[in-house]
Amino acid sequence: MMYTEKVIEEFTNPQNVGELTDADGVGEAGSPTCGDTMKIYLKVEGDRIADARFRTFGCAAAIASSSMATRMILGMTLAEAWNLSDADVVDALGGLPEPKVHCSLLARDAIRAAIADYRVRRGLEPQERGSCECGGVGGCGSCPGND
Amino acid sequence: MNDQVERPVYMDHAATTFMKPEVLAAMAPYFSEHFGNPSSLYRFAGEPRNGVEAARGQVAAAIGAGPEEIFFTAGGTEADNWAIKGVALANRARGNHIVTSAIEHHAVLHTCEWLEKQGFSVTYLPVDGFGRVDPEAVEAAITDRTILVSVMMANNEIGTVQPVAEIGRVAHDHGVLFHTDAVQAIGAVPIDVDAMNIDLLSLSGHKFYGPKGTGALYIRRGTRVETLIHGGGQERRRRAGTENVPGIVGLGRAIELATADIAGHNRRIAAMRDRLIRGILDAIPDSRLNGHPVERLANNANFSFRYVEGESILLLLDARGICASTGSACSSGSLEPSHVLLAIGLPHEEAHGSLRLTLGDANTEDDVDYILEVLPEVIGRLREISPLTPPSPRVPEAE
Repeated sequence: MMYTEKVIEEFTNPQNVGELTDADGVGEAGSPTCGDTMKIYLKVEGDRIADARFRTFGCAAAIASSSMATRMILGMTLAEAWNLSDADVVDALGGLPEPKVHCSLLARDAIRAAIADYRVRRGLEPQERGSCECGGVGGCGSCPGND
Repeated sequence: MNDQVERPVYMDHAATTFMKPEVLAAMAPYFSEHFGNPSSLYRFAGEPRNGVEAARGQVAAAIGAGPEEIFFTAGGTEADNWAIKGVALANRARGNHIVTSAIEHHAVLHTCEWLEKQGFSVTYLPVDGFGRVDPEAVEAAITDRTILVSVMMANNEIGTVQPVAEIGRVAHDHGVLFHTDAVQAIGAVPIDVDAMNIDLLSLSGHKFYGPKGTGALYIRRGTRVETLIHGGGQERRRRAGTENVPGIVGLGRAIELATADIAGHNRRIAAMRDRLIRGILDAIPDSRLNGHPVERLANNANFSFRYVEGESILLLLDARGICASTGSACSSGSLEPSHVLLAIGLPHEEAHGSLRLTLGDANTEDDVDYILEVLPEVIGRLREISPLTPPSPRVPEAE
């Protein structure tokens, strides 16, 4: 299974590895049983992501996706981060082998779980309905029930 | 990849081996000088014909068989397919049941699964925690419809060597044929097909320093086996197709070299393997050796490392110039980890975190030292990334 140079570089020298002890939101996706578990920690200032860290149990694609996704969401608003798609992560990595694309989905799911956790901690609705492409109408793939 | 060493440390000999110079030298004339078709009648075909027959004798001698019982194939997979499908199709009137184990190579398992679609029934025997098949379980599985028992001689992933002679005896006690996939065993396990009660045996040239795309099936004299590849009259009309003469010659020379001094070879390789195993288990906490502690191939060391995933280990080792293998799903494109590691009772998490190191003739003590230096670093680095790693029990250093 061949990876792009970018994936290998991102996997070999991952950025943002670690935990944030004072995280505003923590999200997890996957399970050790299927070979991938991703945990994302977010620090939020205003409505922007000021810091993002990850810890991942998984293959090179999972670690590279985690690293790339955390780099991409730094400075984004929560709505922008929510809408980061798996395809965005794959593109940034210069592509992933087909059987590995699910690893980039995990990154998206972990980020969304962290944002949802952030909102729950603040007493808000867990999902950001309305902050997505469809404006909360449904059918965009981001709204509850559409994943 | 900046720190990649100049010479790769190759420890994946269960996947394939390099070809020995003596093997290449034996093959060379058959590519050009002796290129004739062995089936041709003119004298020019005599040398290639002699080359093929000499190889047949070398393979036969290596396993205690007669030359007329050796049939060349395009590899171990074809040999396994031929043995199992061939027996099944030729003996259908006697029965439709096959007994095999859960940890066979896919060449056996997928062949059995295909036969199930054709109306055969297959019992896949479980193994114990070391990967051993219990001969009593084989006996219990045999029915009056059983026509074949197929159990590998040594496992390709965890290296466990099976009690083949006992399993063969059990099969014969019930009038059932016994096939063994000996692809990993040649050159590591002394083989005598009579003493070990074997009726059919598969082997593959590139696993013992011979050429890829070569193999053989031993078929005991008088065994009913259907022909699968039809065409010309080669291999005494049982396997058609113009012979891969250089490959066959190479296979013959390779098996001769591989079986010349099995005990000496095993002593040398096992000493390195044992140092590797001790060193890794001592240096890396939460690691375990998979497979049998004693009844295992001299060259096989298979580990599980908790909290990390196998493909990541492989790629970081590769970046340091080490070639190894894993039973993790992520390396294969399927999402299930190795059926062998699951069959010996490993939870999914540990099956995902496996590493197979298989030594060969070119490995040195320096290679072992290098792996003992690099592997703990690699596992440590991945554990720092993994969310499954428990907090260190050590007292934190003062900042």
